[in-house]
Amino acid sequence: MGRVQHKVAFITGAARGQGRSHAVRLAQEGADIIAVDICGPIPGLQYPAATPEDLAQTVKEVEALDRRIIAAKVDVRDRDAMKQAIDAGVAELGHLDIVVANAGICIGGELADITPEVWNETIGINLTGVWNTVQLTAPHLIAAGGGSMILTSSAAGLKGLPFLSPYVAAKHGVVGIMRAAASELAEYNIRVNTVHPTGVDTPMGAGDLNNALGAGIQNHPRIAPMFSNLLPVEITAPVDISNAVLFLASDEARYVTSLAMTVDAGNTRF
Amino acid sequence: MGRVEGKVAFITGAARGQGRSHALRLAEEGADIIAVDLCGQVDSVPYPMSTPDDLAETVKAVEALDRRIVAMQADVRDYAALKRAVDEGVAQLGRLDIVSANAGISSVGRADELSEQTWRDMIDTNLTGVWHTAKAAIPALKSGGAGGSMVLTSSAAGLMAMENIGHYVSAKHGVIGLMRTLALELAPHSIRVNAICPTTVDTPMIQNDATYRLFRPDLDNPTVDDAAESFLTLNALPIRWVEARDISNALLFLASDEARYITGVALPVDAGTLIK
Repeated sequence: MGRVQHKVAFITGAARGQGRSHAVRLAQEGADIIAVDICGPIPGLQYPAATPEDLAQTVKEVEALDRRIIAAKVDVRDRDAMKQAIDAGVAELGHLDIVVANAGICIGGELADITPEVWNETIGINLTGVWNTVQLTAPHLIAAGGGSMILTSSAAGLKGLPFLSPYVAAKHGVVGIMRAAASELAEYNIRVNTVHPTGVDTPMGAGDLNNALGAGIQNHPRIAPMFSNLLPVEITAPVDISNAVLFLASDEARYVTSLAMTVDAGNTRF
Repeated sequence: MGRVEGKVAFITGAARGQGRSHALRLAEEGADIIAVDLCGQVDSVPYPMSTPDDLAETVKAVEALDRRIVAMQADVRDYAALKRAVDEGVAQLGRLDIVSANAGISSVGRADELSEQTWRDMIDTNLTGVWHTAKAAIPALKSGGAGGSMVLTSSAAGLMAMENIGHYVSAKHGVIGLMRTLALELAPHSIRVNAICPTTVDTPMIQNDATYRLFRPDLDNPTVDDAAESFLTLNALPIRWVEARDISNALLFLASDEARYITGVALPVDAGTLIK
């Protein structure tokens, strides 16, 4: 008997990285999955975008665990497409119990160099996309008699990590969405929590994002230690975040709500 | 393969309530247990505390799960006794990986009415006792060389004010401060330190007349149902209280390698008490 046996989870940004890891970890513990991902280019992205092949790989890995998965290519900013994917997935799999608002982008640069386009992309995906996810899935959790939403924030949702100003703003905003939704949805036995990773070993960490942060650090070495972790570990694995998501998604955490859970190797305490 | 298979856990206040539940939950997932409890009364505590029979019951229940347990009577206010208990347990079970500083008491009184003894008993048990537990256990955690996980039991009252229990609120806030400092000091050894902050838990510590009166000062002889109405208003989720097992599940997660990069967290298992 898995820890989320017979539950259905909706996961955004599920083509690869943390999202795929969440889908696989929840499926290992008995859940069926509704997976969405933009699977396409985003202007200004400093690392390769997810592809339809990535999403197909997630489907393959979940099916290899003998769980069902409904996957669709959807932009979290597109409310009509989101609603359609959620409603169709729930119709197919029967109900919805777990929501993981994971889709996000990260574009680095010093404050002066961030363009309005980058600001809008980041807020649109990382903040409005989360709100879309919460608002459009809530009726299904209410209909199911309760559930668990996990919103992916970041260490940058609790502290002002430098050279990431749109990201920091959006991730702090995710905490606000979480707290408001936790208050409003408690009466329906719906729990809402955030997870706050430090650096995770995913494709987001590849490419020019690290160079952008490195340039900022070089120009402002005094604040470089803000990226350090307390525990002697440089980078965490996607499964570390998935294990926290699994705990919060499962009935083991049935009375845990409105929590900002750090999975940050102590980064926010450094 | 259990989620804490092969690990050894030291648990204070393990005779009954949350402590016993922690011992059983960790044993179910493969851990051996070092259990201590006062098994006696503190005069300022207005409900019957645990007994040697309670601790024996914990031993029986852990052994029924086919795990080993070393149980001793020890008072968390007595550092030397606690240190002896940890050392004896580690000598018998071979290692130490997990620490649950769970022992605690509850009593009631407005700040200007608490007796000095009641204040002192509270701080000695619920705060100094936690520090004693950490101090006694840290050498064994460090010498294991594989890191470890320490979980301090605070309370929703460790993060918010509550009337009529100023000494309890002070001690439980202090536990959060201690947790944060320990997390900093022990991180280089890969020892993680977190706190759990429960709302009202269905244990003998709250299921007693003194607690019912704390929650229903308007009634002369409140019953559990009278108090339950008040417990309900504390929580955002529509429940009266949580079960000891809910706290144990959070402890298990933090104790396991699933949480290997989680440190410095005050984890509320509070049914939303803190957002109200």
